[in-house]
Amino acid sequence: MTNKIETINLSLWYGEHQALTEVSIEIQKNMVTALIGPSGCGKTTFIRALNRMNDLIEGVRISGEVLLDNEDIYADSIDVVHLRKRVGMVFQQPNPFPMSIYDNAAYGPRIHGIKNRGKLDEIVERSIRAAALWGEVKDRLNKPALALSGGQQQRLCIARALAVEPEVILMDEPCSALDPIATTKIEDLIQDLKKEYTIVIVTHNMQQAARVSDMAAFFMMEEDRAGVLVEYGPTSQIFTNPEDKRTEDYVTGRFG
Amino acid sequence: MNSGKIAMGVFWASGLITLAILVIVIGHILLNGMGMISIEFLLDSPRALGREGGIFPTIIGTIALVVVALVIATPIGVGGAIYLAEYTHRGTITKIIRAGAECLAGIPSILFGLFGFAFFVIFLGFGWSILSGGLTVACMILPMILRTTEEALKAVPNSYREGSLSLGATKWQTTQNVVLKSAAAGIFTGIILGAGKVAGETAAIMLTAGTALRLPTSLFDSVRPMSFHLYILAMEGLSMERAYGTAAVLVITVLIINSTTTLIMRYYTRALRG
Repeated sequence: MTNKIETINLSLWYGEHQALTEVSIEIQKNMVTALIGPSGCGKTTFIRALNRMNDLIEGVRISGEVLLDNEDIYADSIDVVHLRKRVGMVFQQPNPFPMSIYDNAAYGPRIHGIKNRGKLDEIVERSIRAAALWGEVKDRLNKPALALSGGQQQRLCIARALAVEPEVILMDEPCSALDPIATTKIEDLIQDLKKEYTIVIVTHNMQQAARVSDMAAFFMMEEDRAGVLVEYGPTSQIFTNPEDKRTEDYVTGRFG
Repeated sequence: MNSGKIAMGVFWASGLITLAILVIVIGHILLNGMGMISIEFLLDSPRALGREGGIFPTIIGTIALVVVALVIATPIGVGGAIYLAEYTHRGTITKIIRAGAECLAGIPSILFGLFGFAFFVIFLGFGWSILSGGLTVACMILPMILRTTEEALKAVPNSYREGSLSLGATKWQTTQNVVLKSAAAGIFTGIILGAGKVAGETAAIMLTAGTALRLPTSLFDSVRPMSFHLYILAMEGLSMERAYGTAAVLVITVLIINSTTTLIMRYYTRALRG
């Protein structure tokens, strides 16, 4: 097993509020790592630290290290644009752009300089297929993406992320706005995707974490700070035989 | 009678009065002016100070001023709005720029005219010309374009920006490809409102663009737009019929501008939203 991402004593503050507290974790390649914990515990902040999306928020301060293939992504020499190409993201609310299905999938490759129509066609088909959406949209690629259902929109967003050929895909509660059938499709998709990608997923849904993930990390907040990593290990262990009392209370539904 | 019914009645009456005023004003102009409109009236030059002949040079004058004003004000207004909405955080400087834009929007147009006269006509030596007039009205509509563009940009959901950035797009690529595209309808509206304002503007123009009735051949020629021509025709008692004719053409021009925009925007929005 190899580490894809490693954080070392990662702390993050929004102004005075500490949202991550010395998180050290090793995320493994070609596995699905689930981040679980109660609302406000810092899961989303953590996942957004892995592709530096927190940079966009004013007053954010960070200490510690985030290593991607042993290279610190917060080092001065790192090109954020290149980093985000390697670490893709799928958001909580499906957010396809107000353009055609085709243009959504082709957005990333175009940004990165691919102009050849044949090449674009190929990438668009490959990534929409990989997102298990091809059969539903292949006849209407020029229709607006916003006309798709929520579940289809979310799979299109996954296709859009896949089109830039990332190494890691971060998913921030990707199913929270979807119905159970759409959720099942995305969960199946995640199983397929882990063969080629490393996946980190934030979820509120315990069953989902148990179903889709290989590793699970449980976060909590304390009185004056959030983002405390309580326990991290194989999902089966976290759910059946946790070491920490707080993890047990949470996964058995005693709070949160 | 209950107060709900009274309120309903008052609102209903207000709506009706608003509509009635619109219908009466436009109806009055069209009723009195439509009779004048003919191919000759539209395409002939005025004779005898406008007592006879058509209004062709004044139509060209209006169009020239609108084009010059938009060519100057649009890039500056849209650029300023992009800076305010996308590239700065809220702070003292943005507050000053916004307050300045609001102030500018509230200044009576004759003051812009006076400034344009002193600065563009005299100081920069552009004389009474399309250029001086266009620059002056550009200053007038700049805050309007800036504010409407800024509002349109702010209405673009942040999730679009995040989506684009998360794919490795730069800030500028994101602004260009996602933000501006989504905000296009709103921005366009601001620009067209500006065009309408220029087409109807009189006070700022008469001090800066001059009164020439000749067909202009360069930016440095003086022109008389329709709005000012109808003012002269009516004020000097030259020809009331031709004043109404000119007014009718002006109203129709503005209506055409507005409805084409609405159509384009509806088409564009449908193409985006499905």
